[in-house]
Amino acid sequence: MSAAGAVPEPGLAGLDARPAIAAGMRLQWEAAQDAHVLLYPEGMVKLNPSAGAIMSRCDGQRTVADIVADIERTYDLSGLATDVRAFVALALQRGWLEQAT
Amino acid sequence: MTAPSPASSVATGPPPQGAPEAGAAPEKSPAVGPPLWLLLELTYRCPLHCVFCYNPTDMPRTGAELGTAEWLRVLREARAAGAVQLGLSGGEPLVREDLEELVREAHGLGFYINLITSGVGLTEARIATLKAAGLDHIQLSFQDSTRQMNDFLSSTRTFELKSQVAGLIRAHGYPMVLNVVLHRLNIDHVGEILRMAERMGAQYVELANTQYYGWAWLNRAQLLPTREQLQRAEAVTQAFRERVGARMKIYFVVPDYFETRPKACMNGLGSVFLAVAPDGTAMPCHAARMLPGLNLPSVRTASIRNIWYDSPAFNRFRGEGWMKEPCRSCPERGRDFGGCRCQAYLLTGDPDNADPVCELSPHHGQVVAAVAASAAAAAATGGGTERPLIFRDHRVSIDITAGPAGGGA
Ligand code: SF4
Repeated sequence: MSAAGAVPEPGLAGLDARPAIAAGMRLQWEAAQDAHVLLYPEGMVKLNPSAGAIMSRCDGQRTVADIVADIERTYDLSGLATDVRAFVALALQRGWLEQAT
Repeated sequence: MTAPSPASSVATGPPPQGAPEAGAAPEKSPAVGPPLWLLLELTYRCPLHCVFCYNPTDMPRTGAELGTAEWLRVLREARAAGAVQLGLSGGEPLVREDLEELVREAHGLGFYINLITSGVGLTEARIATLKAAGLDHIQLSFQDSTRQMNDFLSSTRTFELKSQVAGLIRAHGYPMVLNVVLHRLNIDHVGEILRMAERMGAQYVELANTQYYGWAWLNRAQLLPTREQLQRAEAVTQAFRERVGARMKIYFVVPDYFETRPKACMNGLGSVFLAVAPDGTAMPCHAARMLPGLNLPSVRTASIRNIWYDSPAFNRFRGEGWMKEPCRSCPERGRDFGGCRCQAYLLTGDPDNADPVCELSPHHGQVVAAVAASAAAAAATGGGTERPLIFRDHRVSIDITAGPAGGGA
């Protein structure tokens, strides 16, 4: 077992990036797990509510700024930009999301 | 809303060879979760006769294959019970003419569908239909990159066909995922295998060492690589990784005989994985048929929910109550669950013992001896094989099971 190496710090995603669920992956709501799950070949990630809220908005159309605004509106919160950008950067690095072109 | 962390938990479905996933962590909940990973072994029929196949050695004794309507019912029941990852394998699943119909139903139900195939039988027309039906992923298994070796290992000419199939897979927009089973006779070709994978445009390559169950168990003395072979192969793989970078992800799974701790087999039996054999036998791991006294339930007579939650077979190895020393009091038992039950049974005669791969097991000497025997045999024969390999076909299978030794178990 030797695929995992040292992981560089992913940083923050740009506010104008348009992330989409990566090709070959699928995000869906699983009632049995009461969570969004990300499905990929021979594996899955069960997302916590925050990650699920972000990932479910990554449709390749909306920018990160749009996603931040939408989540802040939906949950009546503010100041989430840094958290969302950090998560999107991490998800891009892990290959869960990709940049729409 | 708190700062998002990536995931509350990661459940990695147990693929046959256990591809590692960074950050994978089994949930440590005493409650029984859903059977997240469903593997349907649609048929034992297979055009290949691989020496390392883990299908049971008593193949002809197993009953008739389930029909289409029965597999459809299994899919619906399993999905209702929370299954979400679906593996379709065999034998060779493409032998089933209703594969497309099963994929269509599974997709409609919301499964993520993985096809595990040798590629024999995958035509342009079939892959197009499978794609339209909602197939998510294809894993192509390859035995070796040299045709001579490939033909030798699978008793049939399939190398060129697989290269064509790889082209079809790419052309239909699937990631090209290659699974290569390594053993003593091909592990020295790992550099060549990786170069070929690169030519085929493979994005993921799993170099999985044979697990010693079923047919591979019978051939273990011929298939177990030596430590030197393994180290060379790892060095070659590492150099290749550095050259190709992120273009190709390569997993190298060391055979557990060379480890000092066992793998967390299936995240513990009965925790996430449910396999159904061609005849409808439900199993907590694909090799579980060998375990004595398990009395495996059948989907012909019981529902998936009933099998998963209530059957004695699926409850047999849940929790820690079944464990013996040294596992019972070991601080690591929550991490590896005592390793593989089938390996414990094969090597010690008792499935409740620690997997003897663990150096804390009093039976660990057997694993050490097997590795030493492999080195000695390789030295004596110049790396070749001193005993004829047993190929998987029905005739040999009958010979084995008819004998007083009773299937090597
Ligand atoms: S003694 Fe048992 S639980 Fe402890 S490390 Fe070995 S196999 Fe795992």
